[in-house]
Amino acid sequence: MAGESSYYVPAQSKWPIIASIGLFLTVVGAGIMMNDMSAGVKDSTGHWVLFAGGLIMAYMLFGWFGNVIQESRSGLYSEQMDRSFRWGMFWFIFSEVMFFAAFFGTLFYVRHFSVPWIGGEGAGEMTHMLLWPEFISHWPLMKNPDNTSFQGASGVIDPFHLPLLNTLLLVASSVTATIAHHALKNNERTKVKLWLVATLILGFAFLFFQAEEYIEAYDNLGLTLASGIYGSTFFILTGFHGAHVTLGAIMLTIMLVRVMKGHFTPEKHFAYEAASWYWHFVDVVWIGLFVFVYLV
Amino acid sequence: MSAMTDTGHADAHHGPAKGLMRWVLTTNHKDIGSMYLWFSFFMFLAGGFMAMVIRAELFEPGMQIVEPEFYNQMLTMHGLIMVFGAVMPAFTGLANWMIPMMVGAPDMALPRMNNWSFWILPFAFALMMSTLFMEGGGPNFGWTAYAPLSTDYGPKSTTFFIFAIHMMGISSIMGAINIIATILNLRAPGMTLMKMPLFVWTWLITAYLLIAVMPVLAGAVTMMLMDIHFGTSFFNAGGGGDPVLYQHVFWFFGHPEVYIMILPAFGIVSAIIPAFARKPLFGYTSMVYATASIAFLSFIVWAHHMFTVGIPVTGELFFMYATMLIAVPTGVKVFNWITTMFRGAMTFETPMLFSLAFVVLFTLGGFSGLMLAIAPADFQYHDTYFVVAHFHYVLVSGAVFAIIAGVYYWLPKWTGHMYDETLAKTHFWLSFIGMNLTFFPMHFLGLAGMPRRIPDYALQFTDFNMIASAGGFLFGTTQLLFLFVVIKCVICGKKAAAKPWEGADGLEWSVPSPAPYHTFSTPPDVK
Amino acid sequence: MKHSVRILAGLMGLGSAMSQADWGLNMTRGVTSVSEDVYGLHMAIFWVCVIIGVIVFGVMFWSIIMHRKSRGVKPATFHESTLVEILWTTIPFLILVGMAIPATKTLIHMYDADDSDIDIKVTGHQWKWEYEYLGEGVSFFSNLSTPLEQIYNVRRKNPNYLLEVDEPLVVPTGKKIRFLITAGDVIHSWWVPALAVKKDAIPGFINEAWTIIDKPGIYRGQCAELCGRNHAFMPIVLDVRSEEDYASWLGEKREEAKAIRALTARDWSYDELYDRGKGVYNKVCAQCHQANGMGIPGAFPALKGTPMTTKKDQLTAHVDIVVNGKKGTAMQAFGPQLNEADLAAVITYERNAWGNNTGQMVKPVDILQYKKTGQLPQTGDQAK
Ligand code: HEA
Ligand code: HEA
Ligand code: HEC
Ligand code: CUA
Ligand SMILES: [Cu+2]
Repeated sequence: MAGESSYYVPAQSKWPIIASIGLFLTVVGAGIMMNDMSAGVKDSTGHWVLFAGGLIMAYMLFGWFGNVIQESRSGLYSEQMDRSFRWGMFWFIFSEVMFFAAFFGTLFYVRHFSVPWIGGEGAGEMTHMLLWPEFISHWPLMKNPDNTSFQGASGVIDPFHLPLLNTLLLVASSVTATIAHHALKNNERTKVKLWLVATLILGFAFLFFQAEEYIEAYDNLGLTLASGIYGSTFFILTGFHGAHVTLGAIMLTIMLVRVMKGHFTPEKHFAYEAASWYWHFVDVVWIGLFVFVYLV
Repeated sequence: MSAMTDTGHADAHHGPAKGLMRWVLTTNHKDIGSMYLWFSFFMFLAGGFMAMVIRAELFEPGMQIVEPEFYNQMLTMHGLIMVFGAVMPAFTGLANWMIPMMVGAPDMALPRMNNWSFWILPFAFALMMSTLFMEGGGPNFGWTAYAPLSTDYGPKSTTFFIFAIHMMGISSIMGAINIIATILNLRAPGMTLMKMPLFVWTWLITAYLLIAVMPVLAGAVTMMLMDIHFGTSFFNAGGGGDPVLYQHVFWFFGHPEVYIMILPAFGIVSAIIPAFARKPLFGYTSMVYATASIAFLSFIVWAHHMFTVGIPVTGELFFMYATMLIAVPTGVKVFNWITTMFRGAMTFETPMLFSLAFVVLFTLGGFSGLMLAIAPADFQYHDTYFVVAHFHYVLVSGAVFAIIAGVYYWLPKWTGHMYDETLAKTHFWLSFIGMNLTFFPMHFLGLAGMPRRIPDYALQFTDFNMIASAGGFLFGTTQLLFLFVVIKCVICGKKAAAKPWEGADGLEWSVPSPAPYHTFSTPPDVK
Repeated sequence: MKHSVRILAGLMGLGSAMSQADWGLNMTRGVTSVSEDVYGLHMAIFWVCVIIGVIVFGVMFWSIIMHRKSRGVKPATFHESTLVEILWTTIPFLILVGMAIPATKTLIHMYDADDSDIDIKVTGHQWKWEYEYLGEGVSFFSNLSTPLEQIYNVRRKNPNYLLEVDEPLVVPTGKKIRFLITAGDVIHSWWVPALAVKKDAIPGFINEAWTIIDKPGIYRGQCAELCGRNHAFMPIVLDVRSEEDYASWLGEKREEAKAIRALTARDWSYDELYDRGKGVYNKVCAQCHQANGMGIPGAFPALKGTPMTTKKDQLTAHVDIVVNGKKGTAMQAFGPQLNEADLAAVITYERNAWGNNTGQMVKPVDILQYKKTGQLPQTGDQAK
């Protein structure tokens, strides 16, 4: 409900147009790069365009958020503004959830429909008989229907090694993030920094082990993006999750810097909260991953 | 409520800045709304031009003016541009202009992000249209981009098509978040949820649909990208995937998407019909619930686009039943509009004419939709011109007519001028005739067996194609008249009163025409 | 003249539409009991819509005429009634339930493809259909037979323009025929309106459909899923014959297969091969690589003047791409589609046409050996 105090409407801003140009260059660069990669072209110009786009995006992010922080600290934002930000962040996270839902749905579909069908179950009887008589349905899928085009992996990741460790790391980091948040609410700033640092260490450790796992998958197991639907779903889910953890970790790092600089009060620290929501979100996604990608 | 909007900068209470930079840098919801609307109109012309190419090629059997591969590119671009470039931005433009005024807010909740949502679009469409000039041509697989035609067999430019879709998705999601935050957080005191105009309600629900399904579309095209460049096998049975999986993910987005293109239209006509019937909207509460039910159901009907792909019979039945159910809440809306008119005191200015045409023609489109929903019958309808007829009835005489109705209705508020009623009525009648001439015969074509997405056809389809093409040219040229009416109104229309329509109701009519650059710096009190 | 009559008929609306039985204005009734059921469903839902439409629009036009301001009416103020809301929610719901029951029955019936007498595997390719009679040793391709001159408006169009093929699918009356539908490249859709059968052909998966046809005759259909450039040009023709005629046709097809094997063994002259190759090329390859061998830039490579077709030492590579195709591109494996004579002929043609004067020729026996061993005989390079 509206009404209290005032609502801040900035007059003009150059950041959106810069962001649009940056985004445009980024995707054009990425597009050229991918097309060149698939066509086998060396020295693609795409890298440079992508790099330029990335720089502009980084500049924009610093500038835009810089503006917002400044405005917020000079007291321009009412409580109502704060609520707008909250709605915004919350529904943004929801849209991210739906993005992951597409990939979880894919995993569900291939496991319960397409792979069993090719193996002759249910509606797939004739498919199996006429097209893929040799194929045996199983999961994780090691030997693909067309195993020459898509060379299956030789082994799977053991869920009780790195993945379990990573689960513990992320869950722990969610706990530490919450402790830090409570500390902020109680205005215990040293404690905030401490627990935030702990969260970040856990987060980066997670990323480190995740990279380790990828190396293991590629080098020793032959588990790659191209090793059939098991590799495809495995990497798209864990890959996008990893990217989100990275983003979350960057957000938290910025929050740490801001705490060091003395930003935030026990009452007003929306940016901090947003980052920690995001962190919890990647954590929850991981739980889903751990269960559906690794365990069952 | 005495509080003032603190705008931070000293000059903010003056009018808009001068020059081109006003538009590039603006954070004002009215400026951004205008930009959305103009952008959408140009996209409508571009997409319409492509439709004219299609209709010209289909005028007669045989290949005349374009080659099949170019036809396919035109078809794909036409669909994409009309859906993502014309209809969706038009609704967002109307939302930008009207929602803050309707709920008594000073602006959109996140004004800078609002600007970004808009400015992504010209770049996204520049990227998408540029694919037409790339080696191998633009995307040629239809707006639905089914794998593997779009993956292993797609042109190189598919990569850029995918990224363009990503950009549009980002823009839509941010736009939707902004609208949600505005509606939920910036309403004036006293403006309870159940007092909001239906346009606001329908947009709120549309915004939820958007944030729920645009990311899924992003997921679908991302998997496409991976299959093309990174050797994955999501849509390839050789690796354990399934081409049909793409269709499931796409239509999980695609069906809610069609309601994204119609719910705001429901909102618009729900404002216009009571205004010109001079009688309050019948069944406001049930309208709200009906909209919500349609939105809910839209998530569980997607496979009605895939009745022929060979899903197991239980799935087929489920999706058939769920789809048929949507007729119930939609019917409630239609009945409410008609009961609103019943025993009113009607006049027939242009917005009302378009709204009445909307009610009739959208319902016709809904009827053919219901026929499509009968799975066994859809085996005969699917991928024929019957489907093309169905969706142009709900999209052109549905979404587009409602947008035009909304533009005429609010034009006096935006510009401070009245449009030329005679010209506008001419525009209506020519559009009405042209539209029906174009799309009605397509029902016959489809039933007689003409598949869609073909540049050339068997001889027995000739007559109706000729009528459709002639109607298409009529409808298309008529839209230039629309452009003329709008420009004339802006430049030299008669002065309009704050409330030019006798029966209109709502906060937007309580401010002067044209609406001042900043409205409701002080929240109005709503009784 | 005829045009204008039909147009008039169309404009007079659905009333007249109903009277036209075949490919006119309404859905075809078809020739099977299933297609009859589907037609019945179509008409039932159509009339339901018409009746609802008449009522709804009736009330609307009544209001438009009677309740307009110019007649000096005063607007009423009512805006709610729980009773009517409940009524117009439940009545449509019940109507829909009434529709769903027969639809469900028909659908379940359509899905019951068990106990078939004849199994035919239908494979969609860009842009032709392949039919394989499982267990009979008979299979063939069915291509559009409308000549390009008609498509490009140089010649008058046949009555069955775009709906004619070189070799129709032949089936007997009175038997339950099961179609096992799949695709070799992209998604197609096999549709014959007269049977009310439309099933997508999904690469890597088999979809099933079935029919029992009682009336002999020729029934035509088209590919119903966008499958690339020539999607409009891959029709289906179904030739339904009596059981005896079908049996004798099947016998002929088996004989034909023998004759083709004899073709491979025969000795061929360069000219014979070149001429045969030209025919095969224009029928099969020109769709993509174009009759002049120039291809379509960015989509289909030119075969004129490229290293593969002009360099003598690339003969094996040339044979390989034609026989085995290239995975993941529109260039399909023609080895299984064409017989050895046709393959040898088309390759010989490509290496010598359009100024590709390699002077090389390949014989059907060489192709046979290539198919078996993956190698061409060392003698190779037979000059003309
Ligand atoms: C604005 C867009 C819009 C809207 C609102 C709709 C509304 C509906 N659509 Fe449509 N549809 C499309 C856009 C839209 N559609 C598009 C773009 C495609 C093609 C996509 C592609 O392949 O490219 C498509 C395709 C499509 C198909 C797939 C056809 C095929 O490819 O084989 C189906 C099948 O069920 C379908 C069904 C319906 C139904 C049941 C409704 C219902 O919501 C309609 C409900 C309304 C009414 C029924 C009328 C009013 C009701 C009453 C007066 C009450 C009483 C009525 C009865 C009880 C009968 N649509
Ligand atoms: C909101 C969406 C929308 C809108 C408004 C339209 C508007 C029109 N569409 Fe459609 N259309 C789609 C969405 C839409 N369309 C979709 C999603 C598809 C499916 C694509 C696919 O299969 O992948 C499709 C497919 C489609 C087909 C099927 C092609 C095929 O399957 O082979 C046809 C054929 O007639 C067609 C025609 C038209 C026409 C004549 C108009 C007219 O209403 C357009 C009128 C507008 C103008 C003409 C512009 C204004 C005027 C000028 C620019 C001046 C120049 C004018 C002249 C030269 C006369 N469209
Ligand atoms: C459906 C389309 C299509 C048809 C029909 C087709 N081709 Fe091709 N052909 C292609 C495509 C696409 C390529 C390019 C493949 C690649 O990416 O390397 C190609 C490549 C080739 C090449 C290699 C050219 C080069 O320089 O690399 C030869 C030779 C060839 N085709 C011969 C034939 C012959 C002979 C036929 C008929 C019997 C035929 N093609 C029919 C699509 C087709
Ligand atoms: Cu094959 Cu369309
Ligand atoms: Cu739908």
